[in-house]
Amino acid sequence: MVRVSQIGSTKIVGVLALQGAFNSHERALGEIDVTTQEIRTPQDLASIDALVMPGGESTTMSQLLESSELFEPIKKLIQEGMPVFGTCAGMILLATKIIDGRDDQVSFGAIDIDVQRNAYGRQIDSFETEIEVESFDEPFHAVFIRAPRIVRAGRDVEVLATNGPEIVFAKQKNVLVASFHPELSFDNRIHKMFVKEI
Amino acid sequence: MAKRETENTAKSSTGSMLVKRGLAEMLKGGVIMDVVNPEQAKIAEDAGACAVMALERVPADIRRDGGVARMSDPEMISGIQAVCSIPVMAKARIGHFVEAQVLESLGVDFIDESEVLTPADETHHIDKLKFTVPFVCGATNLGEALRRISEGAALIRSKGEAGTGNIVEAVRHLRSIIGDIRKITQADSAELFDWAKKLQAPLPLVQDIAETGWLQVPLFCAGGIATPSDAALAMQLGAQAVFVGSGIFKSDDPAPRAKAIVEATTHFRDPEIIAKVSRNLGVPMTGIGMDKIEQRYAERGW
Repeated sequence: MVRVSQIGSTKIVGVLALQGAFNSHERALGEIDVTTQEIRTPQDLASIDALVMPGGESTTMSQLLESSELFEPIKKLIQEGMPVFGTCAGMILLATKIIDGRDDQVSFGAIDIDVQRNAYGRQIDSFETEIEVESFDEPFHAVFIRAPRIVRAGRDVEVLATNGPEIVFAKQKNVLVASFHPELSFDNRIHKMFVKEI
Repeated sequence: MAKRETENTAKSSTGSMLVKRGLAEMLKGGVIMDVVNPEQAKIAEDAGACAVMALERVPADIRRDGGVARMSDPEMISGIQAVCSIPVMAKARIGHFVEAQVLESLGVDFIDESEVLTPADETHHIDKLKFTVPFVCGATNLGEALRRISEGAALIRSKGEAGTGNIVEAVRHLRSIIGDIRKITQADSAELFDWAKKLQAPLPLVQDIAETGWLQVPLFCAGGIATPSDAALAMQLGAQAVFVGSGIFKSDDPAPRAKAIVEATTHFRDPEIIAKVSRNLGVPMTGIGMDKIEQRYAERGW
């Protein structure tokens, strides 16, 4: 397990590796020949062109973002326009407002959405299903694990996919978010879509 | 699963292996802490635990008290669920599928079919494929890990020796499991049959390791972690997250120790950070040597 896991592209995508499913994102990006860099300290941010925030426990990541002194430098990079992609807990971290979070939980406020944590219930309610993504010819197999729900999206938020009435995949400028886990379904179309933005 | 399943695509489904393993993936790089009441659960969540294990007595107390150790009181588990926003796990006895049914009905997020409790069946583990909730099981070696995976476990943890505060057994188990994984990746296809026989494990799971270089599910460490360095040792040996049982709430000052173990697990390759978080944590749990224990929990399970 080396930090830089793949050679073959000039762009480097950072994967926030404080806690959660960062390995799966590295694998998915590696499969489409993207070089990745695990992010645990501010120094790790130096060489990256984009950033993925994985699924995991958002409360844990929130605390580690602060103790590792990563919150401010990442916030600055996002404000400067760095492409960033948050899945599940990563989406929670990027939201404007968190519902049912901890009082001390931080978020970057990078996309104008309100997100409710664990909105679908406990693990026995976690599910997988097919969703239609606007620019894809075929449906995408989406895995929802104790998933958060977007309960409000601002006017500037572009909806990329829904599951029934709910927005599950969205974009605003340089910020892409999914309430599901594209890194778990062995289908790299969403990662390709993100990498194209870099 | 490698290619999109085309059957029943319109419908959503719960309890699939992908969904079960998905939660295990989300716990990676984190610390799962044993807690015995809502107050401890809050301390664990405040410290950055990625999940808690709700149980009536931590393993060190089970060891001290003796007698039969069983599933915890549902009231106590519900009390912890009520104060926690992170996943809550609970333990069932090996082979005690009714305890597992009860825990599933409570909505626990993961069931630990645990050797720390007194086994209910001396031959059979729970048929975990029948459940919607995911299971974690302990293993001392690769054969045991693969048998548990074949029964439907979504996560494997090294057993270590719970309630001792002594990391030596966890290290032994991790080295055994990961060492054999490495050897299998070097084996030729004919040798895999012999590996399956030696490990008493299903051949397809052995062939899968040869192909992918890893188990089909994550591997975490449990049993004996008492310090930030212990957690980082497990991670450097190849564990993907850690369970800490007695190590936190049997120490002098649980809150800072819990937080330090969380940070050391994230920064497991960074000795300067591990040194920084290890300062002034007070006295860790006393711990016991392996020659002083009467019952090795790791020997339970088949």
